[in-house]
Amino acid sequence: MTVVTPLRAAAGDAFDPRRIRRDFPIFERNPGLVFLDSGASAQKPAAVIDGVAEFYRSDYANVHRGVYRLSARSTELYEEARDKVRRFLNAADRREIVFVRGATEAINLVAGSWGPAFVKPGDEILVTELEHHANIVPWQLLRDRIGCKLVVAPIDATGGLDLGKLAALIGPRTKLVAVTHLANATGALVPIESVVRLAHAKGAKVLVDGCQAAPRLPVDVQALGCDFYVFSGHKTYGPTGIGVLYGKKELLDAMPPWQGGGDMIVEVTFEKTTFQEPPHRFEAGTPDISGAVGLAIALDYIEGLGRQAILDHEVALTGYGVDRLSALPGVHLVGAGQQRLAILSVDVDGIHPHDLATILDRHGVAVRAGHHCAQPLLDKLGLGATTRASLGVYNDERDIDALAEAIQAAQAMFKRS
Amino acid sequence: MDLRDLYQDIILDHGQKPRNFRAQEHPSHFAHGHNPLCGDRITVYVTLDNDRIGDVSFQGRGCAISQASASLMTETLKGKTLAEAQALFKGFHAKVTGGAGAAPATLDDEMERLEPLTGVKAYPARVKCATLAWHAFEAAIKNGSIGATVKTE
Repeated sequence: MTVVTPLRAAAGDAFDPRRIRRDFPIFERNPGLVFLDSGASAQKPAAVIDGVAEFYRSDYANVHRGVYRLSARSTELYEEARDKVRRFLNAADRREIVFVRGATEAINLVAGSWGPAFVKPGDEILVTELEHHANIVPWQLLRDRIGCKLVVAPIDATGGLDLGKLAALIGPRTKLVAVTHLANATGALVPIESVVRLAHAKGAKVLVDGCQAAPRLPVDVQALGCDFYVFSGHKTYGPTGIGVLYGKKELLDAMPPWQGGGDMIVEVTFEKTTFQEPPHRFEAGTPDISGAVGLAIALDYIEGLGRQAILDHEVALTGYGVDRLSALPGVHLVGAGQQRLAILSVDVDGIHPHDLATILDRHGVAVRAGHHCAQPLLDKLGLGATTRASLGVYNDERDIDALAEAIQAAQAMFKRS
Repeated sequence: MDLRDLYQDIILDHGQKPRNFRAQEHPSHFAHGHNPLCGDRITVYVTLDNDRIGDVSFQGRGCAISQASASLMTETLKGKTLAEAQALFKGFHAKVTGGAGAAPATLDDEMERLEPLTGVKAYPARVKCATLAWHAFEAAIKNGSIGATVKTE
């Protein structure tokens, strides 16, 4: 009955990206592809691609509705996916896991539901300079809606979050600290436990944007102590269109619905509607059922490789990348504070990131060029755009070498008489 | 397609040492161009002498393609009538997008000057880099001295 493809131990004893790569059909179809853009979206293992197709073939029906067996089976798989996410984040209770479209929707849900219910005019939402637009704009919308303030915690000279300044900015009116776990534009790792300690000492809640962290760090929301944690399925080797909001049960219980529709109700009359308990209260309409099933397979895949093993691999490869790229004349790594992970953002003298990315592409190297949806951060760094390489489980030193060589080829092309 | 077809020497030269890269204090027309995708920004200044382009210049930052295109545009447009400028934009746009339309034969020399930029046709993601300055020029002429902003997205 179960459609979840049994996990192969892709890595065996040693973590071997070249073997792992065979799990990802994209590399077979695109020979020579050097994919260094997993920070934007990760490639999908065959287990996910086939698992989603198999679900549609064998077990698909709408969830939470049908009396018939097929619908019960689909429901079971959808809810099993919730259990897997709970384990993946080590949340205390499965009811703390809400399926959404992605991290962006998760943050908008909190801003749209928790925001107006608990934030008053004059209260403060604290974000940081490291944030992705998805963790800035929803709070601006909330500010404009209810008249709260948006306060920004700065980075220090090295590009890491300035914890001293952050601490000073958390005051009696701070209701929420919205912070990234791992900055998407620079790879700066944020010590979430410290942020949570500082925030909770002043009675503020903490929302963590875990988009870049979830695919590569063992995440334990209970150990972190955060109140909300969000991530996207497609960056964790799962399908697009599915994401997760984790919220502490007492917070979700107290939050009003943010969208109305089917599945989130207990009883509807034209006079009055009573709402479901979380998480269903926040899942109006038919959810992305196959997305949840695919996400569960992706999380299985990650667990199969071993989360500590993935982290160890990416830490080592990040170190190799830093050494390799900073040894190139005219190449400057954008600062990421004390701890950089999986993201190498570079500025190359005399070559605009878009020219560089075009040239890298012609060498088979796929990277992202631009502002990485973090314009305020790049403005602060005095950069209009950067060229960003980001790592995944299938990358190894040869990919970094290919990147370095392609950068040198671009430099040779741009260095004229 | 070879990268050298896109990054020809003349493109690299104009990209690194753009001509007419200056603001004008009292332009009769100007407009800002913005490519939100990459953050490129450009301001195009035009001073019309009756129906003729007496002076055209630009300032801004961007990739080699957008800087070279702006530079070559200013060199090509100086001294042209507005009708000729419009025909050149039409012809240039058709060349880089592969669309229909051509400039009249009387402007063959000018079109040849813009030829090095037509390599972007093979790079769909970069076509907007090549047309940004032209869109800003068009907006400047259309909107006069109010300094409108035109976006490529």
